[in-house]
Amino acid sequence: MNIQSPRADGALILPRAAMDALLPMHVQIDADGTIVHSGPTCERVVGPPGSVGRPVLDVFHIRRPDGIDSFDALMQVANQRLSLVLRQADHLPFRGVVQPLPGGAGAVMNLSFGLSFARAVAEFSLTLTDFAPTDQTVELLYLNEAKASTTRLSEHLTNRLQDAHATAQAQARTDVLTGLSNRRAMDDELKFLIDSRNQDFTLMHLDLDLFKIVNDTHGHAAGDAVLMEIGRILGSELRRHDFPARIGGDEFLIALRPAQPDDVVARIANRIIRRIEEPIYIEDVTVRISASIGIASTPAYPRRPALKQLMEDVDQALYAAKHNGRGQFSFFEPVVE
Amino acid sequence: MHGMINRAFQGFLVETYGREVWEEVRSVAQLRFTDFEAMLQYDDQLTLACFDAAKTLLHKHPNVLLEDLGTFLITHPPYAPLKRLLRFGGSTLSDFLLSLDELPERGRMAMPNIEMPEIEVIAEDERTFRLKARWALPGIGPILLGALRAMADDYGALATLSLDGFDGRKECLHIDIFDTAHAQGNAFVLGEVPA
Repeated sequence: MNIQSPRADGALILPRAAMDALLPMHVQIDADGTIVHSGPTCERVVGPPGSVGRPVLDVFHIRRPDGIDSFDALMQVANQRLSLVLRQADHLPFRGVVQPLPGGAGAVMNLSFGLSFARAVAEFSLTLTDFAPTDQTVELLYLNEAKASTTRLSEHLTNRLQDAHATAQAQARTDVLTGLSNRRAMDDELKFLIDSRNQDFTLMHLDLDLFKIVNDTHGHAAGDAVLMEIGRILGSELRRHDFPARIGGDEFLIALRPAQPDDVVARIANRIIRRIEEPIYIEDVTVRISASIGIASTPAYPRRPALKQLMEDVDQALYAAKHNGRGQFSFFEPVVE
Repeated sequence: MHGMINRAFQGFLVETYGREVWEEVRSVAQLRFTDFEAMLQYDDQLTLACFDAAKTLLHKHPNVLLEDLGTFLITHPPYAPLKRLLRFGGSTLSDFLLSLDELPERGRMAMPNIEMPEIEVIAEDERTFRLKARWALPGIGPILLGALRAMADDYGALATLSLDGFDGRKECLHIDIFDTAHAQGNAFVLGEVPA
């Protein structure tokens, strides 16, 4: 490949082999608009019978700028960025630029794949040697593939983290012993319920009676077994959308969602207490306990109560229930002014 | 050390020697987790602890273990994407070897934080190459030995590779290419992976 020395006007005369090496995706067009030579990669892309001898606008359709329907029109947009497609494969847009040759000897048009590079390279089965050593398309392909691999890894990691997060969150909100929700979960739930103005609910505060005696007489293992039994009772006596939680040693809060009329709540409270009063068999020991329940319901208030208010009131109702003797429940009655 | 590298070593142990060996390595190295995560960073001490544990448990010379790791990275089918990325370096084994000084940049293009070896490539003539490599941890020489041997096979070239000592800063390799088209080699089509 011998490149001749520059002429006085600085013009180079390049052999076709040199042009093919520098610009493997160029076509050379004569003064009539017929392709007289095509770079090796361009030939690969066009495929048989090749582009040589055919009018350039029969092989390529210029999409941008608009209205390029003759070779003269193409020469008018020399040096501009062209968007074009092969007429036989119009789904793969190319970029191009046309440069007229001196003395009206025709033109050279160089092409690149633009953003369709990955699809084009796959479709035309191109290899490393189809690109000029200076062409960054290969690096784009590399990057494109590297990105696909790392994105996959990131997605895997994100999914695993999401699962782990969900598990950790469930664990952080669960009382390990009873499997019920814990205080934190109940705090969140109550805050959500009280803040959702259209959600009326009934809150029950349940405290076991005689539990301390079980612990003191039969040991903590027996106490734990009792608490687990309470967990099972609450789980089975409540509806699925009610929300029971163990919030302390032998204290439970239950949110009935939505709020229930007092007679229904009374039936539920009564049923829970009766179930808890049934003898609990722990190995060779039979344990009998009971429970007291305080109840407060948001519809009973003339105005939406603050959470703190509701908690104080349900505590007060529990206190009143305990005061009446064990195994009782009591409603908080807001004073209507 | 980047999780990708740790994960690769874990993968090598699991696939080559079985999950039980990895579990043992993990316990000897006192890892507090079951698996390395490819997209996270780990302290170099963990990487070294795992390597030491594996070497001891498997009664392997460190260079042998590292060379096997290098081979594994190129030949294990699930790592095909890595081999493909390397093949972007050149269309022949010589071009590929000459492109190895770009490896850190290539690595960073794919993963900004990954520790890639700095490789100096000296072409003594068209068929004889010397490589000098430096990495965050010792042992890049035998890893490259295994990996480049496998790459030579992938290109279908007949070549001999050997460790060529340590020059005080860098681990050296010597490569002789006898035949660039000894075998068929694996075709490398640029557009194999859809965009």
